[in-house]
Amino acid sequence: MRAALTILAVAALASVPLWLRDPYLLNALITTGIFVIGAMSLNLLLGFTGQLSLGHIAFFGIGAYVSALTSLGFDIGLPGGFRLVHEPWPPILGFVLAILFAGTCGYFVGLLSFRVRGAYFVIVTISFAEVVRLVALNWVELTQGPLALTNVPSIALPLAGVGELTLRTKLQNYYLVLAVGLIAYLLIARLVHSHFGRAMRGLMENETLAVSVGIDVTRTLTLAAVISAAIAGAAGSLYAHYIRIIDPEVFAFINTVTMVIMVISGGKGSLAGPVVGGLIFGLLPVALRPIMAPEGQWIAYGGVLIAILFVLPRGIVPSLAQRFAARRSGKTPLAPVALAETGVKERV
Amino acid sequence: MSEFLQHLVNMLVLGGTYALLGIGLTLIFGIMNVVNFTHGVLYTFGAYIMFIVVHQLGLNFFLALPVAVLAGWLLGAAIELTLLRPLRGSDIDTTMLVMIGAWIAMQSGALWIWGGVAKSVATPFPEAPLVLGPVSVSWLRLFVLAAAAFLILVTYLLINRTRLGRAMRATFQDHDTASLMGVNVDLIYTSTFAIGSSLAAAAGALLGPVYVIFPQMGDLAAVKAFAIVILGGLGNITGAVIGGFILALAEELGAGYVSSGYRDAMGFVIIIAVLIFKPTGLFARSERVG
Repeated sequence: MRAALTILAVAALASVPLWLRDPYLLNALITTGIFVIGAMSLNLLLGFTGQLSLGHIAFFGIGAYVSALTSLGFDIGLPGGFRLVHEPWPPILGFVLAILFAGTCGYFVGLLSFRVRGAYFVIVTISFAEVVRLVALNWVELTQGPLALTNVPSIALPLAGVGELTLRTKLQNYYLVLAVGLIAYLLIARLVHSHFGRAMRGLMENETLAVSVGIDVTRTLTLAAVISAAIAGAAGSLYAHYIRIIDPEVFAFINTVTMVIMVISGGKGSLAGPVVGGLIFGLLPVALRPIMAPEGQWIAYGGVLIAILFVLPRGIVPSLAQRFAARRSGKTPLAPVALAETGVKERV
Repeated sequence: MSEFLQHLVNMLVLGGTYALLGIGLTLIFGIMNVVNFTHGVLYTFGAYIMFIVVHQLGLNFFLALPVAVLAGWLLGAAIELTLLRPLRGSDIDTTMLVMIGAWIAMQSGALWIWGGVAKSVATPFPEAPLVLGPVSVSWLRLFVLAAAAFLILVTYLLINRTRLGRAMRATFQDHDTASLMGVNVDLIYTSTFAIGSSLAAAAGALLGPVYVIFPQMGDLAAVKAFAIVILGGLGNITGAVIGGFILALAEELGAGYVSSGYRDAMGFVIIIAVLIFKPTGLFARSERVG
């Protein structure tokens, strides 16, 4: 049942470029897809370990910068009069390095920040992202600062014997993002259904109990952080090679908030949640664009976030799944009407 | 040496408003356990109230400060009543995300109403700074320091010498017991949020004329407030005051001796360092308000 639904959804997504010819909408779908990959990686932390990281864009941005710099090359001065010169490499190596580098950063950030929990964890992660943003803004020699890294080359896939295929068109990039997204989805699905996934959820539900049955908290959380950061780095690399220009604004806090909204609205801790929430919120600005000024769109964005937290605090996918399951078993779910009739307040 | 003295004087002026910001946030964070992302927007709001009163209504500069405090109080109370009260008892992540939603909506609202162009406020103070030997400081900044010190004193007396303050301290220690002893906890939460918000608005109204006023000015202010709260310890007013001055000193020295580009990074570096090495804050003797 679930597998059939997944295959159906993938087939539907794969068919989109066949009937959708509008380049603006295709572009919106590609950038949305990239952010959905980021949201899926955030969901691994937020939904399966319960840690709300509000610095997740740091790994996305690090991936973007590593990938762009690998394929563009750089020449920086080091203390003591040395110079570090890097000749441009093929973008596909940038993609691999972005994953490795972001994952390594995830390891160290996880190691440090998991010493604190709750609100403090949130604030440490925000601070990390802001420090990275300020470094990207001020280390002009490496990153060009606010002038941005321009002319980032498109990703080229090496084809055995033929040469290589450079992915320049929107159509090619759409399928690239879809393929990476699918791999990330299957990887996360595999992970959360493994022994390691059960350890993560055990930790989320009751840390003390999880420790008492022998779950290594630091190891579990750090591993989740590494994988999550690596996937976010892959998404960042896709972004850099698709948009082909990268500046410190990629680290803007609002980008993290976008991913968080995608996860929360779709349903944290649900594999399909970030995809559903991501498609809704990624395409909401496209839908609002003809009728609202940009400021109005952001007001609506904030308003919709608040509304979802009030109305569907568990997210769209879990709420729908619950209703569906209740209908199949022949029982109606606890309807608010019935509760209201008996005089019990809905929100207890 | 004279350069260092100048940094110290700048630190005093900056530290006063930082302390105001920090006190407001530490009260809300400590008593209500809410990570208040709207704190920066309230700071922006206070600055715009200053601009409206002075330039659009044409009233006195000194009248604008109490108006900003009152407006911040009202907006804070409104946010608490509409967004936080219905979510009482939800987990900290939910309220935090609701506050993020409110922050995005309100900041975009400010952009919509006043536009993105930075505005400056004319002040009645002379342009020429006060020169004392090797250091100079503008009259406006001296007024900002004095007003901030006055507001800090008022808040301190409010928390430590009044019935409301005692109820707030009791709620901080144990809100169930406080509730059993007849404290109206809902009222305390609304008052706490309103007071914290009015302090943020006051800080914005004071620093707005020193710099310029624009819709995103509150973002960095909010992060700085978090840094101060973490430095000083949750709900610790004295800690927030000391934390405000430490952050101001770190920024002044960082901008003066490292690179002005990294001035605003100091707050984040402090947050990360304190949480890694001493997560309870530098001055946490015991968990209490006051």
